[in-house]
Amino acid sequence: MHIIDRRLNPGSKSLENRQRFLRRAKALVQGAVKKSSQDRDIKDVLEGGEVSIPLDGMHEPRFRREGGTRDMVLPGNKKFVEGDMLPRSGESRRKASGPGEGDSEDAFRFVLSRDEFVDLFLDDLELPDLAKRKLAEAESEGLRRAGYATSGSPANLSVSRTVRLALARRVALRRPRPETITQLEAELAECDGARRVVLLAEIEALKAKIKRIPFIDPIDIRYRRFETVPKPVTQAVMFCLMDVSGSMSEHMKDLAKRFYMLLYVFLTRRYRHVEIVFIRHTDRAEEVDEDTFFHGPASGGTLVSSALEAMHEIVRSRFRPADWNIYAAQASDGDNSSSDSDVVSRLLTDKILPVSQFFAYLEVGEAGGGPFDMPDSSLWTLYERLRADGAPLSIRKVSERSEIFQVFHDLFQRRRKQGKAAP
Amino acid sequence: MTATTKHLFEAADWDFATLQRIHDACEEIARSELGLDTYPNQIEVITAEQMLDAYSSVGMPLFYKHWSFGKHFAHQEASYRKGLMGLAYEIVINSSPCISYLMEENTATMQTLVIAHAAFGHNHFFKNNYLFKQWTDADGILDYLDFAKNYVAQCEERHGRAAVEQTLDAAHALMSHGIDRYPGKKKLDLRAEEKRAGERRLHEESAFNDLWRTVPTGPIKSPELLNTERRRKLLGLPQENLLYFLEKTAPRLQPWQREVLRIVRHIAQYFYPQSQTKVMNEGTATYVHYRIMTRLHEQGQISDGNFLEFLQSHTNVVFQPEFDDQRFSGFNPYALGFAMMQDIERIVSDPDDEDREWFPDIAGTGDAMAVLRDIWANYRDESFISQFLSPRLIRHLRMFHLHDDPAESAGIRVDAIHNERGYRRVRSELARQYDVGFIDPNIEVVDVDLAGNRRLMLRHSVVKGAQLNEADAKRVLQHLADLWSYDVSLAEVDAADTVLKEYVVSPRELAAAAA
Repeated sequence: MHIIDRRLNPGSKSLENRQRFLRRAKALVQGAVKKSSQDRDIKDVLEGGEVSIPLDGMHEPRFRREGGTRDMVLPGNKKFVEGDMLPRSGESRRKASGPGEGDSEDAFRFVLSRDEFVDLFLDDLELPDLAKRKLAEAESEGLRRAGYATSGSPANLSVSRTVRLALARRVALRRPRPETITQLEAELAECDGARRVVLLAEIEALKAKIKRIPFIDPIDIRYRRFETVPKPVTQAVMFCLMDVSGSMSEHMKDLAKRFYMLLYVFLTRRYRHVEIVFIRHTDRAEEVDEDTFFHGPASGGTLVSSALEAMHEIVRSRFRPADWNIYAAQASDGDNSSSDSDVVSRLLTDKILPVSQFFAYLEVGEAGGGPFDMPDSSLWTLYERLRADGAPLSIRKVSERSEIFQVFHDLFQRRRKQGKAAP
Repeated sequence: MTATTKHLFEAADWDFATLQRIHDACEEIARSELGLDTYPNQIEVITAEQMLDAYSSVGMPLFYKHWSFGKHFAHQEASYRKGLMGLAYEIVINSSPCISYLMEENTATMQTLVIAHAAFGHNHFFKNNYLFKQWTDADGILDYLDFAKNYVAQCEERHGRAAVEQTLDAAHALMSHGIDRYPGKKKLDLRAEEKRAGERRLHEESAFNDLWRTVPTGPIKSPELLNTERRRKLLGLPQENLLYFLEKTAPRLQPWQREVLRIVRHIAQYFYPQSQTKVMNEGTATYVHYRIMTRLHEQGQISDGNFLEFLQSHTNVVFQPEFDDQRFSGFNPYALGFAMMQDIERIVSDPDDEDREWFPDIAGTGDAMAVLRDIWANYRDESFISQFLSPRLIRHLRMFHLHDDPAESAGIRVDAIHNERGYRRVRSELARQYDVGFIDPNIEVVDVDLAGNRRLMLRHSVVKGAQLNEADAKRVLQHLADLWSYDVSLAEVDAADTVLKEYVVSPRELAAAAA
């Protein structure tokens, strides 16, 4: 008998089958994912979870019989005698679950892993107009193995290659093996006379030769060699501008944060080389880190231009528009002091929009008000006008949590232009 | 001190040395006391995760890739994670060596139970039952699966995943009708044929009687009828193995498609005996593990506590809910099989008058194991139940027979119960429930319109008024038409030759384009 421990074998043998299944059911699963993500917290959404899809498209048909007269033998008779008639109504339900199988199952439930879920969730989204591609500088260089070298750092010593060369050299120079000497010495101990002298001389010669030919010589030593290769990357930066002023209610802040959370997940998962800059503003703007952006409290007046000014400053100092694809997403309740409007307008048209690939504006409203009930705010009116002049500006209104994904999806949906290649 | 050296293991922990000791102890009992004859064993320890993996590819250690396995996996994983479904303690594969998968979570007692159950019970059954001998090749199955897996993968590389998937989908839909139910006719070689012809002539000469000449023959067949007969003979019709028929005669299949059909057909054939011997197979394994565990306990190799743990899981396994119980979902093959095996043991060793009357051949012969081994080797569920279900067991399980005729408005009739008048009827009805001939719809290829539009004609012989589920039948026929690449028709015909329903399906564009 053999006992084999298979526990350490690579698991998930079914992964491939599972992926095929998901690919086949993609449209269905995607629908289910979007539906299930609507009423869940964004963080929970990204944890993956259970979805159910209608079985219809994934059905495996067989020839099955149904109906007709049926005979069955059952255990546990308590009171029936031959010839009894049992009323049918109560019976039919129980029988249906008996011989036939799987027929009652109209939906198919299963659990998606986190990665599967997010991939499907974000599947048809992309950054629009990712045009400026450039070979980046030294920091994105990668290392690549490139044969062996005779010099290098001790950490890169290639032991196997070194020993191999040493062995070849020892064989070529006929270095005596230690066993030969031991053998001769054993012989020496047993004989005498002339033979002894010959042996002594021979052993002496061999020992000298061993000393002359070292086991490992400096010329044997080899190091693994690496060379650097530049990796082309597309550089992109996303500016997240959020209004956190006092006029924003908790609900509005929540909506804005949800939107950015989605954006953040989308960018970090889809584009490895996208930089994200978080700017929040009241009547003055500050660049903050991710944690403060999402969780830090703040309040005050509103001056939208401050955020745009900050963005412009950062672009100028860190992201040369010639090299970078620049994106921005702004969320606000649309309140702005009327005196600021002109400044905002000028900043956008003169400085920001010309260098941006895409600028999204999300106006958040109070809960309960549909997007069409919201009166156009000052910012909305301004942006509307800019858009009419042909600026690369997308504007949307949101007032309910459940709309967030739809709007997000709308903004970043893969454009038809790329869609042509695929059928 | 003596106790610890005598027991195979203490508490619940085990290691590989323990497994080896357990196996050896079981083997000793299985060989010397039960007289079992098994393939060599190979025991593989796996995790719950791997057990789930194994589930999804019908328990086989390697299998070709297909989305439907992924679907089953996803479904099972979901119900397992929610706690709706427990995992089996083991999976055993009919191969030589016989591979049993043991879960690492099992306690030492459970491992003993599983080894006795799978590595000896199932193993003996696989090696000795005539159906398995006739239809499966235990030595070759793993190699064949390996071949199938690689072949399908190669096809995907060469012909694209979509095309292969489409062929596999179609083949899977027809899988239940890709089985040879009767062993094929052996082709005679020339010499044997000559010999047989000679024998036949001799027989004719010795049995010559002029009277036969005067017996009137039937009406002379018209040339048209003869033509039809010749064509049907040429195509081997009627043919109930649809996959075989397609593989051999479908006009526009690529060679690789034929091979894929062949693979699916072979695998269906491999599982054919298992579907016919559920009760016997599980009954045998359960009976064997019960005997071995009891003996181990008697010999003091497992402690009282561990034996109680065993009894607890054993009782769960052989639990048979009654028909009005919420948990009822048909007969539990473990329960029925085990009860029958034990009953046979009783009949052989300690029969009463009723047993002597019903089972004159085996009652009181004394050697229960010899009788059981003979039964395990030579019966399948249907014949086993129809011959060995005793009146005493029918009474014990309080079986009764219901007859449900939709035309009868008053309700469902209780046709027979566990009394003198009912025993035989209950028994034969139960046996029929396990007869594959009744379970699978009887569908045959009856003709092909070779001269005309090449339509493939199928016929479903309706038994007891049960027709095919329409939605499913259409889908399957669509797959069939795609493979055949011309129209396919299916007529549902009852015993009086009345056509109840007719389907006609044309192949989809896609299949025609790919061919």
